Amino acid sequence: MLVVDNISLRAGNFELKNVNFRVDKGDYFVILGISGVGKSLLLESIAGLTKINSGEILLRGRKISDEKIQKRNISIVYQDADLFPHLTVFENIAYPLKSKKEKEIKEKVNRAAELVGISDKLNRQPETLSGGEYQRVALARSLASGNDIFLLDEPLSALDPKSKNDLRVLLRKLNRDGITIIHVTHDYEEAVSLANKIGIMEKGEMVHVASPEEIFKHPKSEFVAQFIGIKNFLRGELNAIKESDLKEFSANEIKIFSLTDAADGGAFLLIQPEEISISNSIESGSARNHFKGKITDIARAKIGIEVTIDIGCELISLISSDALNSLELKIGKEVWINFKASSCKIYN
Amino acid sequence: MKKYFQNKSLLNLVFAFLGGVLLLFIIAPLAGMYLSTSLGSLNEAVGSEEVRNSIWLSLWTAMAGTLFFSFFAIPLAYLLARKKFFLKSIVNGIIDIPIIIPHSAAGIAVLGIITRDSFLGRAGELFGIKFIGNPAGIILAMAFVSIPFLINAARDGFAAVPERLEKIALTLGASPLRVFFTISLPLAWRSILSGFILMWARGMSEFGAVIIVAYNPQTAPVMIFERFTSYGLKYSVPVAVVFVTVCLIIFVTLRLVKKKS
Repeated sequence: MLVVDNISLRAGNFELKNVNFRVDKGDYFVILGISGVGKSLLLESIAGLTKINSGEILLRGRKISDEKIQKRNISIVYQDADLFPHLTVFENIAYPLKSKKEKEIKEKVNRAAELVGISDKLNRQPETLSGGEYQRVALARSLASGNDIFLLDEPLSALDPKSKNDLRVLLRKLNRDGITIIHVTHDYEEAVSLANKIGIMEKGEMVHVASPEEIFKHPKSEFVAQFIGIKNFLRGELNAIKESDLKEFSANEIKIFSLTDAADGGAFLLIQPEEISISNSIESGSARNHFKGKITDIARAKIGIEVTIDIGCELISLISSDALNSLELKIGKEVWINFKASSCKIYN
Repeated sequence: MKKYFQNKSLLNLVFAFLGGVLLLFIIAPLAGMYLSTSLGSLNEAVGSEEVRNSIWLSLWTAMAGTLFFSFFAIPLAYLLARKKFFLKSIVNGIIDIPIIIPHSAAGIAVLGIITRDSFLGRAGELFGIKFIGNPAGIILAMAFVSIPFLINAARDGFAAVPERLEKIALTLGASPLRVFFTISLPLAWRSILSGFILMWARGMSEFGAVIIVAYNPQTAPVMIFERFTSYGLKYSVPVAVVFVTVCLIIFVTLRLVKKKS
């Protein structure tokens, strides 16, 4: 449906470099990235608000990169300040309607308002609406325009948790009803809960486009791994060990045994904090990896305690407060960490 | 902390005093003028058809100039607020020229383009319009010196309208013309109205440029000057008081309307 083919542009401090992706009809495509990577600029270039320097944008096979904004048939909704402040909610929703017939306008506005659940707010001025209502009106207006592709720029970021959740439900519903959505956010949870396809943006580039499962299980870069919350991430080199099914991963003079089918050479390693155990002396057992290190930080996590241990590089272990007390762990104490070779995820 | 507040209140006191002196500087001469005018002479001025005609002439010519030139000023203000173009800063400078040059010189400049030998003068004659010694010339002279007020206010008004709203309107399928009339203009309206009021006020009180283009028919400022030079202060003050009163009533009313809107 929408093909972004190798587009590049520079606008002020922001830059997009050779961005490629494809969105099919009915997709819910979330562009995920930290602030300032050019996510909004990318949306604006698709909508035509910002001109691209090179590349092409195609909508239903038609090149739209040179089309005027009003001819592209793409709606954009921002996180705030996009309703016309001098018009009522009714007038805002009716704005894109071409019809001159009052009855027809009324019907269409009512239908759009009903769909997003703001039928009782039609006579209000935008400044009197709550954050969630405001976004619903903006969505109703986009629906009234008849466009079936919506670009949403951080639409949930200014909302309270309840409104956020309600609006997520609405966005899923609109998507099920046939609206193709491209949604940019910096919130990984938001992406996972809405998207059937995620694009990761880093420094003006689209570095990975895949399903949420693929992005989570096989992050393509250190940035992605860190961004989606994987704490223990090491870049290094993988080498096979003669007469062993294990491979040796070397990073910062540390050698970690790993059970993996990844190819030898440059690679990165992920270990979930809950896979790392801490002991006061070296453990004997099936774990192949044992390192002595010093505790550099102890912090309360959402569940349990995160203990950071410096073994030449810092690794984080997630333990219970019970374990913290019984092992008498404190910052500066020397401890052993242990984890199995099979718990190391290696990606080339 | 106490010292901070003490210092702050002392500062406020000094500033209030300085501001008060300035306000007095504006109010005192006007108050003096009102107080020195007897009711009888005021009645006489109000009753004079000559005075009433001159005030009316000032009001309508200034309004006509403001309305006519707003068709050119508002689009230019929009371009200046929204577009980047070559020599934009020079255009902005040109717009302010009428404010900085002596108004008698402005009158001479306007006279130069409306004489019978000029293109505008000849073109006007073809349609039976005379400029010199005529309301049409007064309108041009008033507009020349007062147009920067409208352009600058409208430009600031358009610049304050978030460009994003205009772009969103375009994504909703509206044409640029529709966006201008339904989004940009209504949202900049308060500033444009301020510019209107300022241009009208500045135009109707213009003396230097108007007297060079048209000594007759006499606008109120020209009549005040003429009475002062011919008959002295005593005869010019009542006309001045009537004109200032009319101006004040109009502008206070317009400001109230603007505030309400």
